Amino acid sequence: MAGFFIVAPAVLYPVFLMKIMCFALFACAFNLLIGFGGLLSFGHSMFLGTAGYMAAHSAKVWGFTPELAILFATACATLMGVVTGALAIRRQGIYFAMITLALSQMIFFFYLQAPFTGGEDGIQAVPRGKLFGLIDLGSPATMYPFVFLIFISGFLLIWRIINSPFGQVLKAIRENEPRALSLGYDTDRYKLIAFVLSAGIAGLAGATKALVFQLASLTDVHWSMSGEVVLMTLLGGMGTIFGPVLGAAAIVTMQNYLKSLGFSS
Amino acid sequence: MEIFGVPIQAMMGQLLIGLINGSFYALLSLGLAVIFGLLNIINFTHGAQYMMGAFVAYLLLNLLGIGYWWALLIAPIVVGITGVVFERLMLSKLYKLDHLYGLLLTFGLALIIQGLFRHYYGSSGQPYAVPPELTGARNLGFMFLPNYRGWVVGASLVICLLTWYVIERTKLGAYLRSATENPSLVQAFGINVPRMITLTYGFGVGLAALAGVMAAPIYQVSPLMGTDLIIVVFAVVVIGGMGSIMGSIVTGFGLGLIEGLTKVFYPEASNTVIFVIMAVVLLVKPAGLFGTEK
Repeated sequence: MAGFFIVAPAVLYPVFLMKIMCFALFACAFNLLIGFGGLLSFGHSMFLGTAGYMAAHSAKVWGFTPELAILFATACATLMGVVTGALAIRRQGIYFAMITLALSQMIFFFYLQAPFTGGEDGIQAVPRGKLFGLIDLGSPATMYPFVFLIFISGFLLIWRIINSPFGQVLKAIRENEPRALSLGYDTDRYKLIAFVLSAGIAGLAGATKALVFQLASLTDVHWSMSGEVVLMTLLGGMGTIFGPVLGAAAIVTMQNYLKSLGFSS
Repeated sequence: MEIFGVPIQAMMGQLLIGLINGSFYALLSLGLAVIFGLLNIINFTHGAQYMMGAFVAYLLLNLLGIGYWWALLIAPIVVGITGVVFERLMLSKLYKLDHLYGLLLTFGLALIIQGLFRHYYGSSGQPYAVPPELTGARNLGFMFLPNYRGWVVGASLVICLLTWYVIERTKLGAYLRSATENPSLVQAFGINVPRMITLTYGFGVGLAALAGVMAAPIYQVSPLMGTDLIIVVFAVVVIGGMGSIMGSIVTGFGLGLIEGLTKVFYPEASNTVIFVIMAVVLLVKPAGLFGTEK
């Protein structure tokens, strides 16, 4: 997979590939929660969007360099994950999905009205800045390796989480929570940690996406974005490692090439 | 005259809008609650079916010259039939699996339907005229009540209460409710449960389409009219209790009123207030205000 992304820019449009990578990271983060944790969150767009807005705002208004902007935004998304997770984990199954949906809608309407987000316009012309103050990220030639690095590290992080004692317990909880409880594991804590990790990585994806497109908009916090990531993960295969990447690639490609036909869904 | 510093005309106007929204919330959440109660499936397509109802009414008027009153009858039947076909062919395969798959299937179908309609009709709305018998308004003294709005509120109340009565107080309703509890046992008694399930789904869909027809003169007929509404309706169903019929009716009207009141006193929060209530209810009483813990 890494090989594909290294070679592909020679053939395919780099921004298109960067878009795939961001969404693939988002889908992988979501998959961590649903495929391995068994928790369907219908509000994941709030992490993507929040990180996007935070990165855009900090890069544009406060003049953060890109790596600081991304770190700051990821931290914000993680914090939001802690707060919303603490509220949502109390319930299971469909109620969990509904709570995440409700919280995501609240965040959406907040962003709709908050002045710093620019409402319907979004935050535009986000500067990509200079990485570490040295490397100018303006052109795809430098931005692409940076995004690729972020994607690969995010992916490796998820892979490491899944293949670890923590990941094994998470799978046990997904399969049979009462059994895990009876074995002595504090299932709520595991689920919360999984939720927060998923939120953080989704935030990473969102922040990177905001810098790639140099735009942070309301689409990223709308519930249909949550629906899209569900579709990507489902299409690619829940509970697999590469599934969400494929799913994201498939859906982004379809959106791209079918747009010219006039269908957009 | 003023209440809490708000002129009474404005307050009543917003309350009326709130009641109208509430009647749509109630009608739609009723359909959703009926479907969820019996099929244990979250019908994400509900918003799209509501939109289809409005479009059928629009097409009936513009292509066949059939007016509003007939559309009220025909649209639910037509859309209900599509619902029945969908249920028979696709949805019934998923009953044995987790809730999740039904939700995803209906979500996907909703996207497809909306995409198709948007492809042919664009995103902006088509106009639909108020039927001539219901135009005009009545002066009630403290406010002006447009006749059509009054009809909408009254008709939805009647329909909701009728549905509640059928489900909670008649023999057919008793069969439905027992089939929810224990389908295999009820089937062993000789009642055709799969057919009842299919017809129930069709009925729920028909209710959505009926709401769509009634909404057509108020909101424009647009392919996206169901999308943002469906999320609020989910919130209503969850707050009321996911299987409870009376719960969805009361909560629907109630939340519409609360939303209207919030618009008067603190407009910025009017969109979020329903979701805040939903989050609170989910944390305090997850089964919903009128629901029972399963």
